[in-house]
Amino acid sequence: MNWHEIGSIEDIPARGARCVTTPQGRIGVFRTADNEIYAMEDHCPHRGGPLSQGIVHGASVTCPLHNWVFSLETGMALGADEGSVKTMPVQVVDGRILLGFERPLMAAE
Amino acid sequence: MTEKLVIIGNGMAPGRMLEHLLEAAPDRYGITIFNAEPRVNYDRIMLSPVLSGEKSFEEIVIHGDGWYVANNIMLYKGHKIVAIDREAKTVTSDHGVTEPYDKLMIATGSVPFIIPVPGNDLPGVLTYRDLDDVNAMLLAAQSRQTAVVIGGGLLGLEAAAGLKERGMEVTVLHVMPTLMERQLDPAAGYLLQRAVEARGIKVVTRANTKQIVGNGKVEGVELDDGTIIPATLVVMAVGIRPNVTLAKEAGLTVNRGIVTDDRMRTLDPDIFALGECAEVGGHVYGLVAPLYQMARVAAAALAETGEDLFAHADTPTKLKVTGIDLYSVGDFADGDDREEIVLRDAAAGVYKRVVLKDDRIIGTVLFGETTDGAWFTDLQKKQTDVSQMRDTLIFGQAFQGGASADPLAAVAALADDAEICGCNGVCKSKIVSTITSRGLTTLDDVRAHTKASASCGTCTGLVEKLMQLSLGDSYNPAAVQPMCSCTELGHDEVRRLIKAKGLKTIPAVMQELEWKTSCGCAKCRPALNYYLVADWPDEYADDYQSRFINERVHANIQKDGTYSVVPRMWGGVTSSKELRAIANVVDKFAIPTVKVTGGQRIDMLGIKKEDLPAVWADLGQAGFVSGHAYAKGLRTVKTCVGSDWCRFGTRDSTGLGIRIEKFMWGSWTPAKVKMAVSGCPRNCAEATCKDVGVICVDSGFEIHFAGAAGLDIKGTEVLGLVKTEDEALEAIVALTQMYREQARYLERIYKWAKRIGYDEVRRQVLDDVERRKAYYDRFVYSQQFAQVDPWSQRVSGKDKHEFQPMAALSLQQAAE
Ligand code: SRM
Ligand SMILES: Cc1cc2nc3c(=O)[nH]c(=O)nc-3n(C[C@H](O)[C@H](O)[C@H](O)COP(=O)(O)OP(=O)(O)OC[C@H]3O[C@@H](n4cnc5c(N)ncnc54)[C@H](O)[C@@H]3O)c2cc1C
Ligand code: SF4
Ligand code: FES
Repeated sequence: MNWHEIGSIEDIPARGARCVTTPQGRIGVFRTADNEIYAMEDHCPHRGGPLSQGIVHGASVTCPLHNWVFSLETGMALGADEGSVKTMPVQVVDGRILLGFERPLMAAE
Repeated sequence: MTEKLVIIGNGMAPGRMLEHLLEAAPDRYGITIFNAEPRVNYDRIMLSPVLSGEKSFEEIVIHGDGWYVANNIMLYKGHKIVAIDREAKTVTSDHGVTEPYDKLMIATGSVPFIIPVPGNDLPGVLTYRDLDDVNAMLLAAQSRQTAVVIGGGLLGLEAAAGLKERGMEVTVLHVMPTLMERQLDPAAGYLLQRAVEARGIKVVTRANTKQIVGNGKVEGVELDDGTIIPATLVVMAVGIRPNVTLAKEAGLTVNRGIVTDDRMRTLDPDIFALGECAEVGGHVYGLVAPLYQMARVAAAALAETGEDLFAHADTPTKLKVTGIDLYSVGDFADGDDREEIVLRDAAAGVYKRVVLKDDRIIGTVLFGETTDGAWFTDLQKKQTDVSQMRDTLIFGQAFQGGASADPLAAVAALADDAEICGCNGVCKSKIVSTITSRGLTTLDDVRAHTKASASCGTCTGLVEKLMQLSLGDSYNPAAVQPMCSCTELGHDEVRRLIKAKGLKTIPAVMQELEWKTSCGCAKCRPALNYYLVADWPDEYADDYQSRFINERVHANIQKDGTYSVVPRMWGGVTSSKELRAIANVVDKFAIPTVKVTGGQRIDMLGIKKEDLPAVWADLGQAGFVSGHAYAKGLRTVKTCVGSDWCRFGTRDSTGLGIRIEKFMWGSWTPAKVKMAVSGCPRNCAEATCKDVGVICVDSGFEIHFAGAAGLDIKGTEVLGLVKTEDEALEAIVALTQMYREQARYLERIYKWAKRIGYDEVRRQVLDDVERRKAYYDRFVYSQQFAQVDPWSQRVSGKDKHEFQPMAALSLQQAAE
């Protein structure tokens, strides 16, 4: 796992989210009311809505485009909708947030 | 190695088949689907609610894109298979993709039948089969002109009802003497015709179409007898034909449909057929229940799990037109060897007929009262001898065995395997056991978990009764609709308690009112935030995390994640300076689209989120403020030119519109609010379909309210006539404040006013002077906190985090 620091927990409003741009696509980083941090691809499987701009409630987020709801823990769509978003490993160390990438963020040589 | 399964067609039958297959043998096949329609799997039978506006397309999608990704299924959308090579075991699409298969499933559905008359290919002649047809009809319906539907069967009537709902004048032409003659006897056909006509749809029976007339596009339909019925839209719904061309060309046996054995296998053991294109046991089908049975059977055959065989059964027909209840199943033609039992209630418009042969039910027709349909069908399926209950049979299940006429008892008495939801083949015991084992308490949950009542919805009543039986007193469908699943309380109750208990934060509301979730959901949070903003304008701190993205970033999100920006253009009036400023912004930020909106102002579309503050800064320099095109708040006040220029204008309508807009902008409301002021009754500003409208007349200002021109069309109600501009403003502001304090979140003025009564509104804001003044004062008080331009606030740095990514990881940085 390749860990990259992206900022501090205070950079994200509680029950809110921010996004991070990476060479592997945009990642949404979410902070719940009880300060858990989650990360997943910022791309709704329905029509590509930017999930980091949805409403965060409990450990889930509602997509801003057509209201699908996803679990932040598993990335699975909740309720009757079917689909899933790829989640990403996150660590919080001393209030700093680290995102884990399986592949190194390097251009192929 | 996994075998390769290729499916041609992505309709309802293969959609269901895949669910069974993935459950039984998830990894057995690598699956590829080709679908000529450029979309995912959706519930075709719900196209009628989409046409009438009761549902959106999103709501009828069965498997969204994510489902295919999650299940590793390759779906080619918009690829039509043009050839099957059985020798090489490949299929080829019209885009040139060739795919090998081990097993092939043909599920090409049906094609609508087009009657061979001159003019049948004119633009404006449509069929009714897929979403494109619905969209084309909706486009045509915008003209609100006349439509002719050819065909008085299920599809034709649903199309007619939908088009009527959308504001068209509709005529149904039917070649037979009564409607739906294949499913209804003449008596029920008559009642149906009456019910259809009662909605303002014209019905012409025995109508033989000679040709469709028109020059370059449809202008009308000519009948055999020379009558011409004018039409700008013609929908042909005269029947369907199994879509068998591909199978025929591949050398498979084809009668009416592609012939299969009772495991859905064609003569080629590696090729299956499924759905409306298949013919099994000499039958072809046009309703989903038997197709879903095929789906089960075919999945079992592919997974090699079971010995399921397809068996014919009659499927009940129901019409999905709200307010028309009909049910028919089986064979109900008259005959010497048959007896019938009939019950009529003229006043109530009820007709019931059960046809018996050898003391067994072989057919049922019900109109106006259809709750016993499932019970009759069950008796028919089981071939029960009904001679013992012959006298009371027609009164329905509740009257059998001495039980009282209690509809609940009737449902309780249904056998465990009685089918409740025909569309999805769900029986009683399955619903009851799911309710108990999963502890379901709402209809939505039952739909999500059992699929019962989730398709056409006609069995909703039965499902609710089962819920009542399983849950007892704890299920009360008549109770107030809760705001969302986080609470039992309805909107009105929550609003009342916020005031009564003095609750001033979202956590306070959730704690005191015993919310069932920790921090609400995307339905209740925005509603609560609004109620608190409206009730405590000076004390409540707006909770941005409870606002939808549009209201958080003060722009409208677009489908690609960019934004649109609409500055205020007071009363629709602009100037060369403003236009120049807009032109400069458009050039500077390379804004792809500039559009004049339906609300008399200019929309700049396709702006990157990061650019928003800079765009606003430039607009702000030129004096623009936010147009709140994204807000549940005051949107536009449209005006006409009025007495300043117009030779008919009685007063300065432009001036009054601008005055209202400048006075009221920035206020949050339960749903959006749009207004207009016209200078005379010619009403060029269209004030009589707005939330609030003013028509200037010689004697003063006629104030209108509760109009609608979006999802619903409704002319306004008159609030009253006032003499001066000041009085007009006071009344309008008071009305808006009353609405702000009382309505439910997302409820437009026309719905709210209808619910509480137009007279009540007049009484509180016109007749009761003191109340009016109090409303007015409260509005004015709250405006001092609301009338702040959100754009300039953000230009000065507010909510900066909203507009920038938190971090941007790049390759170089990662390489360190
Ligand atoms: C831009 C505009 C279309 C245009 O190009 O002309 C527009 C665009 C949208 N309308 Fe509209 N409506 C626009 C005028 C209208 C009008 C005409 C009018 O205002 O005179 C109506 C009918 C009048 C009415 O409101 O009843 C209208 C009835 C709707 C409705 C149906 C509302 C209803 O309750 O019936 C919706 C859906 C909703 O609000 O839930 C809607 C929703 C939308 C949304 C917000 C859809 C969405 O959720 O993304 C669109 C946002 C596009 C964007 O990002 O700008 N729009 N919309 C118009 C903006 C006017 C403005 O200057 O602010
Ligand atoms: C408006 C409407 C209302 C209805 N109401 C009801 C109802 O209330 N109750 C009920 O039981 N039934 C109803 N039906 C019927 C029901 O929808 C159909 O029986 C069912 O959808 C048929 O499913 P299918 O999978 O066989 O075919 P379809 O759902 O028609 O799917 C066939 C698919 O195959 C695709 N296709 C065709 N040829 C090719 C090719 N060569 N290559 C690739 N793809 C191809 C087509 O594009 C299509 O998407 C209704 C139908 C309509 C149109
Ligand atoms: S702008 Fe309005 S009418 Fe046009 S597509 Fe969007 S919501 Fe529909
Ligand atoms: S794009 Fe996310 S719900 Fe449609």
